[in-house]
Amino acid sequence: MSDQGCCSPATTIAPEPRPPGKLARAHSIAIVGPPNSGKSTLFNQLTGLRQKVGNYPGVTVEQRVGKMRLAHNKEIDLIDLPGVYSLEPRSEDEQVTRDVLLGEMKDVPRPDGVILILDSTNLGRHLLLAAPVLSLGLPTLVVLNMADSLRERGGQVDTTALARQLGTPVALVSAAKSEGLEPVMEFLTGQFGVPAPVELPVINDIPKCREWATHIGSRAAYRAPSPPLWTRRLDKLFLHPVAGPVIFAMVVIAVFQVIFTGAVPLMDGVEWMVNRSGEWVAGVLPESPVRDLLVEGVWGGVGAVIVFLPQILLLFLFIGILEDSGYMARAALIADRTMSKAGLQGKSFIPLLSAYACAVSAIMATRTIENRRDRIATILIAPFMTCSARLPVYTLIIAAFIPERPLLGHFLGTRTAAMMGLYLLGFLAAVATARVLKSSVLKTERTPFLLEMPPYRRPTLRSLALRLYDRAKIFVRRAGTVILATAIILWLLAHLPLVDGGAPPIEGSVAGTIGRAVEPVIEPLGFNWKIGIGLITSLAAREVIVGTLGTIYGIESGDETSVGLQQALHKDITIGGAVALLVFFAFAMQCMSTVAIVRRETGGWKWPLLQFAYMGTLAYTGAFLANLIVTAIVS
Amino acid sequence: MQADVKSDAPGAVATGLTLAELPFGFEAVLDRLDLPEDVARRLMELGFVPGHAVAAAHSAPGGDPRVFRVDGSEIALRRETAARIHVRTSPRP
Repeated sequence: MSDQGCCSPATTIAPEPRPPGKLARAHSIAIVGPPNSGKSTLFNQLTGLRQKVGNYPGVTVEQRVGKMRLAHNKEIDLIDLPGVYSLEPRSEDEQVTRDVLLGEMKDVPRPDGVILILDSTNLGRHLLLAAPVLSLGLPTLVVLNMADSLRERGGQVDTTALARQLGTPVALVSAAKSEGLEPVMEFLTGQFGVPAPVELPVINDIPKCREWATHIGSRAAYRAPSPPLWTRRLDKLFLHPVAGPVIFAMVVIAVFQVIFTGAVPLMDGVEWMVNRSGEWVAGVLPESPVRDLLVEGVWGGVGAVIVFLPQILLLFLFIGILEDSGYMARAALIADRTMSKAGLQGKSFIPLLSAYACAVSAIMATRTIENRRDRIATILIAPFMTCSARLPVYTLIIAAFIPERPLLGHFLGTRTAAMMGLYLLGFLAAVATARVLKSSVLKTERTPFLLEMPPYRRPTLRSLALRLYDRAKIFVRRAGTVILATAIILWLLAHLPLVDGGAPPIEGSVAGTIGRAVEPVIEPLGFNWKIGIGLITSLAAREVIVGTLGTIYGIESGDETSVGLQQALHKDITIGGAVALLVFFAFAMQCMSTVAIVRRETGGWKWPLLQFAYMGTLAYTGAFLANLIVTAIVS
Repeated sequence: MQADVKSDAPGAVATGLTLAELPFGFEAVLDRLDLPEDVARRLMELGFVPGHAVAAAHSAPGGDPRVFRVDGSEIALRRETAARIHVRTSPRP
């Protein structure tokens, strides 16, 4: 590693001194770049926690806007645009990038400037994007990212010469290491004007553009770095015909094992806090219905769900590490054969992977699929993937009914195996459904699978921390709104109508009456009326059932801890009913947000209703069979 | 534009090698993308520009898809796509 082998990493030279242009009072700057150029890393470095994730009006492409405070109390909005290879859009999110840059996006003002971020280790190809972006005529800063890799691998570039060639300033940075960001700050404070006119190639002719890029690169003394040795070594291992799939399986098992057992001490800690604070509330408040509502309803309901926060954060930590390190692309490669057997194209893989976190974001991510039928097929199967909202439900029931025994020593226990079985069940349901859809109503020609394998990188703490922070925020917000509201309503329904001025026995309450009304329908599945109430409330969101059961059993026993909940469940339903409940949750579409997003994405009620009915039928049938089979085996 | 849109003539081109036949570790020069215009365009944006070098790298377990090194990056393609990208053997220095 030598600093001399490379030009100084932080120089920015304006091609010619020109008067400060329009940027003097800039309001918004867009960050644009090809996928894998480190766009989001730069965005995170510059904005930190001050970012807002929303949607572009009319479309569901995620809009990430961050605020930056600059010197002299100036504020600037940074917009992180979806990654593009060109400004010729082939999918919805690429269309967004193009429309925002051209000022054709409704309700989004045209940005006052552009930061074009390119990978300095792959400048030849990445410079292709410079031609269309520079021809926009907006004040532009070209940021060459990954300066550290370029230097380590013996590449170099003369930023001064490149700036002269492009007619606009150029900065060489390492966003991940916060290196060389000063020129970026300078640009944001508005020191540069519009690009000087330079000769650009005909943007439609890619071979010509590529020639132009080579020419510009050689004028800027660009020396491509040597190939990433470590990436090749690791790929030899991770893509080895035998070792590759074995490692893939081990990674998956390890993730589940840690989520399931490693999270326990953290969850115990949160639970302890929930219980202590609940006791404290019960102690300071005088005996009254309000105190009962707080302790049984709020602490029992919301508390039962909030306990799962550490587990969900651990899941996202792993997803973050796998994505940021570059292993996810290899996993996609290994899994592609399975996807292709299901008739799905490779592009469906990424949305389906993110469906493990949440079906809503996965369905939004299907916007990258150009083919409408492929897109609808992916939307329809996404909710089968085991989302993080199922995790609390699975954990609760597995912990209550399955004793922990080692299967493969300490590496794999029975509970982890059960959890993995459920993930597999969801995946198989998705694949089978896709097969049926793709060979019937949604038949298409196969579209090609193109996937870039980025070099392996060490994930940065900052980006992992930001992901977890985002997730924690979403989870806590849900606990504080949907789950809190259902907990309170449920508690009220469980205490009305008043009998002799006091609460009725729970079976006689409104909630109990509703539960008992649905009981005949769910009895064949091995569920009782309490589970029935849980199934109804969990239509809002799956994890609500945990809170609901927490409240109901809490009212019954006056004990709202989750160990108490496990024991109560264990006493209250059979093992057949428990397995049936797991199967039911694996298949059913109990999530109003998903229904709403599918309606919006497919432009009508047809697909979401069909999906809801199909998944519901599958859940009912599957749970019925599970109860029948397990009960037969046990007895 | 060098991309031929020729979906109606299967097997019309018999001469030369396709990327699907390029053995592991070998390098060749891209010749022609026998794919629909929009796919060819995206492939070119990813580096598959006629005249440029391409090398066959790893493949997924089972042999498909395969990873190709082209223009400084590694791109995975399924066999069905690789079979429609024609290459010629590179003049070795």
